[in-house]
Amino acid sequence: MSELRPPASPRRHLLSIADLDRRDVDRILDTAQSLAGSLEREVKKLPTLRGRTVVNLFYESSTRTLASFELAAKRLSADTMSLRSAGSSVDKGESLKDTALTLAAYEPDVIVVRHPSIGAPQLVARLTDAHVVNAGDGKHQHPTQALLDLHTMRQALGRLEGLHVAIVGDVLHSRVARSLVQALGLVGARSTLVGPPTLVPRGIESLGCEISYDVGAIADADVVYVLRMQQERMGEAFVPSLREYTAVYGITPERVRGGQVVMHPGPMNRGVEIDPRVADSAAALVTDQVRAGLVVRMAVLYDVLTVAPVPEREPARAVA
Amino acid sequence: MLVGRNGRSDSLVLEGRVLAPTQGIDEPLRITVTDGVVSALEPGAPGALVIAPAFVDPHVHLRTPGREDEETLRSGTEAAAAGGYCAILAMPNTEPVVDSAAVLGALVERARDDAVVPIGFMAAISKGQHGDELTEMVELAEAGAAAFTDDGRPVVSAGLMRRALQYSALTELRLALHCEEPSLSRGGHAHEGSVAAELGIGPYPSSAESVMVERDLSLAGSESRPLHLMHLSARESVAALDHALASGVAATGEVTPHHLVLTDEAVRSLDTNTKMNPPLRGEGDRDALRDALRRGAISCVATDHAPHARQEKDVPFEEAPFGVTGLETAFAALYTQLVIPGVLTLETLLERMSAGPARAFGLDEPRIEVGARANLVALDLDVAWTVTEEGFRSLSANSWLLGETLRGRVVQTVADGRTVFQA
Repeated sequence: MSELRPPASPRRHLLSIADLDRRDVDRILDTAQSLAGSLEREVKKLPTLRGRTVVNLFYESSTRTLASFELAAKRLSADTMSLRSAGSSVDKGESLKDTALTLAAYEPDVIVVRHPSIGAPQLVARLTDAHVVNAGDGKHQHPTQALLDLHTMRQALGRLEGLHVAIVGDVLHSRVARSLVQALGLVGARSTLVGPPTLVPRGIESLGCEISYDVGAIADADVVYVLRMQQERMGEAFVPSLREYTAVYGITPERVRGGQVVMHPGPMNRGVEIDPRVADSAAALVTDQVRAGLVVRMAVLYDVLTVAPVPEREPARAVA
Repeated sequence: MLVGRNGRSDSLVLEGRVLAPTQGIDEPLRITVTDGVVSALEPGAPGALVIAPAFVDPHVHLRTPGREDEETLRSGTEAAAAGGYCAILAMPNTEPVVDSAAVLGALVERARDDAVVPIGFMAAISKGQHGDELTEMVELAEAGAAAFTDDGRPVVSAGLMRRALQYSALTELRLALHCEEPSLSRGGHAHEGSVAAELGIGPYPSSAESVMVERDLSLAGSESRPLHLMHLSARESVAALDHALASGVAATGEVTPHHLVLTDEAVRSLDTNTKMNPPLRGEGDRDALRDALRRGAISCVATDHAPHARQEKDVPFEEAPFGVTGLETAFAALYTQLVIPGVLTLETLLERMSAGPARAFGLDEPRIEVGARANLVALDLDVAWTVTEEGFRSLSANSWLLGETLRGRVVQTVADGRTVFQA
């Protein structure tokens, strides 16, 4: 890809939690907290990003992520438009490269990208002069989800440092789990991945987490973070049946200890990975997460546009 | 079996440190070539050059017929000439597949005009490489096939594999195998390990290769037939090869420069030129491959030169096709990364790039002796050069070495008595 011209100037993106350090996380969460206060006013719109343009480029179906990015941009008075792969020229076989170049011609300030393949946001960042925010790429990263989860935990539990989070379910296919483990590591919290051996990828502990195949491991956690069990995985025989999965790993009232909070990135499969009684209990922070999604995405848009870029790192060399 | 351009032979003189490991030659000599044949070997000045038997690449994708935008017989052999090769073996996974004497015959005809370096065309093991029915191996052998392979795809059925081993005995030709158990590699884009787990890339475990290597070696042993294992990547495969060799199976193996130099850590860049099949594996695998090449259990360096059009690689990692180019960088990459740091001797590298692959496929070993056709490569080991897209003769530039500075450069290649490259 060396024919790609270098960007006009270094810009701040949010492509992966790995690009952030602790100060970045603290700053974004603090911004989110102060924005939350402003949203309690009667007129919820802030003039902060007036005249800026935010483009949402979504190659995967999404309800809450797209809606919250759109609303976040609008609440900050940015102009915004959303392109979905269905019904656009992407449908006609246009490559990501050409779509990105086409959008870049409109000189957007921020491009928010969701794509089924790892590295798509990086490609858009290399091809355009916009600040790029990763709204989920393949099974790789979903950094704004991790940040909103941290925000939710901090609001509910009053701290992040020292927390223990058990992440339960289909880790293999989860960009949410990968981003969250990294983000928790940055803020001094620890994480345990819990799931069947077929859905916990070999080698994942190098991210800095523990692994357990025993759902009993959640007893020790402050937060039980439940991952969506994707029905379409059944055809690939990762687990013999949803029934057995639910019996072994489903988060039921019996498995949740008093004082624990329960989170889920949505959309939930009630009765599969999470018992409806847990989903509707006071311990569940699912709607808090949705609310956090709005303010954290506002904070991220503000952050990439106003904070100096990450210092240029030595690019990864191919040769070891 | 090898087909090159018709036409003249050259007369020339080359002088320098002549290094022909299988012949025990390492001395300053002056080589005179008259009408394509070495006519005199005399004491000479050491000079700046190392002159060695030219290289043989047992694994090249020339993309012709079908994808002449990616490579042609002409461009691919010009790339081979620039890489120091005097012979290359071309894979049959083209469009159409080389699975009939008609397709093979057309290629052989074209090679007589276009092949700057002689080409041996491999034919498919199964019709259409579908893994269902054997190709007409006898007719293909008579039409000039160099070996049989379904490369790009495994022979999934153990039954068909066994029949192929049995039936190919009617020819003098070897089977060359791409070992991959598809039910284990499905959805895989990078080696199963920490890197793939952290990045969330679909895992392609070592066992996807090694269970097939073990199966095929077992079949070759029970059928008493030779076998060549292509592009080995996993230490478990090396162990299986060692075991088979110790029990007398006539197996040979090859390894690529990228598997010898890189590990899956390179995939973190998400550079699509770090995506190959089999994938880059861990450090233990790389060390096992280096060790096997040093010992000779793996006797061939093969580039698995796999050109891809720019638009195919200019996409997110998981959407990109597998494969990288290698003809023009193989020697310099391995000289820089293995010989200079002392992992491999220059003699061993030269042997594994020339005599090793020639022997594995029953080709004449390039030799430097009076009366032999001249197949020579002249190397300047002191030159440092940077790999750039503009520098390639290949029509494709999907190299894992773009931007790297390498030491050691091919300055002249003589293939079948003719100078085919001069820097």
